[in-house]
Amino acid sequence: MREAAVPLVLFAALAAAPFAGFGEGYMLTLLARAMILGMAAVSLALLVGGAGLVSLGHAATLGVGAYAVVVLDANGLTDATAVVPVAVAAAALFALATGAVSLRTSGVHFIMITLAFGQMAFFTASSLAAYGGDDGYTLYARTGLAGTRILEDRLAFHYACLGLLGLAYLFCRAALAARFGRVLRAARENALRVRAVGFDPYPYRLLACVIAGAIGGLSGVLLANAAEFVAPSYLSWQRSGELLFMVILGGLGSLHGAILGALAYVLLEEWLSHLTEHWRMIFGPLLVLSVLFFRGGLAGLLAPRRR
Amino acid sequence: MTARAPLLRIEGLSKRFGGLTVTDDVWLDVLPGEIHAVIGPNGAGKTTLINEVSGALAPDAGRVLFDGLDITRLSMPRRVRAGLARTFQVTCVLPGFSALENVALAAQARDGSSFRFLRPAAGEARLNAAAREALEAVGLAGRAAVPAGALAHGEKRQLELAIALATRPRLLLLDEPLAGAGPEETERLIALLDRLRADYAILLVEHDMRAVFALADRISVLVYGRVVATGAPPEIRANPEVRAAYLGEDEA
Repeated sequence: MREAAVPLVLFAALAAAPFAGFGEGYMLTLLARAMILGMAAVSLALLVGGAGLVSLGHAATLGVGAYAVVVLDANGLTDATAVVPVAVAAAALFALATGAVSLRTSGVHFIMITLAFGQMAFFTASSLAAYGGDDGYTLYARTGLAGTRILEDRLAFHYACLGLLGLAYLFCRAALAARFGRVLRAARENALRVRAVGFDPYPYRLLACVIAGAIGGLSGVLLANAAEFVAPSYLSWQRSGELLFMVILGGLGSLHGAILGALAYVLLEEWLSHLTEHWRMIFGPLLVLSVLFFRGGLAGLLAPRRR
Repeated sequence: MTARAPLLRIEGLSKRFGGLTVTDDVWLDVLPGEIHAVIGPNGAGKTTLINEVSGALAPDAGRVLFDGLDITRLSMPRRVRAGLARTFQVTCVLPGFSALENVALAAQARDGSSFRFLRPAAGEARLNAAAREALEAVGLAGRAAVPAGALAHGEKRQLELAIALATRPRLLLLDEPLAGAGPEETERLIALLDRLRADYAILLVEHDMRAVFALADRISVLVYGRVVATGAPPEIRANPEVRAAYLGEDEA
């Protein structure tokens, strides 16, 4: 049970945050952003930490989800009951198509091909003149929920993000511990061993891509709603790199690490940018140092010590 | 030849790497319940042969028949599911998994769908029971909880055998199961292989001549990718071509 302590405290803290000094609008906006990116980071951690598939194009799935909101919005469809399934399905399909090709490669080639697909999606989004092209697209309002405008309420949005983050986290965690995840983890350690007991890793890895893509798409929907604005920068490779960094900062060995990583990243970025205009000069070296000295990531620092 | 149909038949298998012929028109079979050993000097193409039979490597020509079925084009996972399990010359285990979980993964491959997402696999009693049984069969039951990476070398060889057994094979392809084992471990492994012969047909590649002559029903000698002789151990020991090519001075 001790292993569950850190994630439990983490989720409890996020649930209590609005009533513990983080209730101001701007703090809630920041936390929502951290939780949304945390959800994307969890889905990426399923790929990187779980399956050993280092994708440098994961932001594209967020982008597909976010642009699905835009396209539906432009066509007058703004209710979550329509938006969420369409966006998630679109992102999952994108992950299925790109994963089917990318998984033919491995190692550094996999990184490069996911980067290439991510850039393709980025340039596609930039060329969507009907949806703002490079300038992006401002949503008229947030996605409705069953006819209501409840997500306009900051607190309701906070808990919507938290609830979905919790579901995504619990599902990924269960999947990794279950038979499916055992095959993934084993194939990460030694694919030949897995083949030699009778499993072809490919369909398992492909499904992992699809699951990660679907969750990425869901966080894209939330990200579009948080900002009420969508731009091609959501799909940039820098964003994919940030997500990858959150996963590594949090610790590859655990999924809640990805949430910790996202929180640390978003909050640190915000705090440092208030301190100085040249905050990147501090942020960069901090990231390097954290990778050098916290090999197990933030989750490793917080984990109960073993013998 | 006896009336028993061979479980494994290798027909005219050939493989070239550039200008080098590593498998040269090999014909060989393994009968049910038989240990057929393949010996030969280093570089004779023994591991390549195992790779072609197990599906790790595609031959250029020839066929592999398993239980009468042509499996030459089947992938390795499908061959394993058909009942053809192998071990590796260089130990191939999951170092971060416990010994039990290494074997349970193999049991899982034989137990319905693995597209299951909610129930923790580590708690599945049926898989763990099958894994324990395989660990017991190789004498590793006491080390079930130890991470495979922390096992001694000989124990890893035993673990590989347990993993292979848990796939419920009919034929074992063993690629130098004694490689790197100390004298005591070797004794234990020979006794273990001797027990396994009751339930499995075995194609055994091995360098340890004492083990080969103690275990094998038949021996084939591979030199430069070619089978130069096949026969019962005494015939092989007496074969002048074999002595010249391989046994040489050790047996003098």
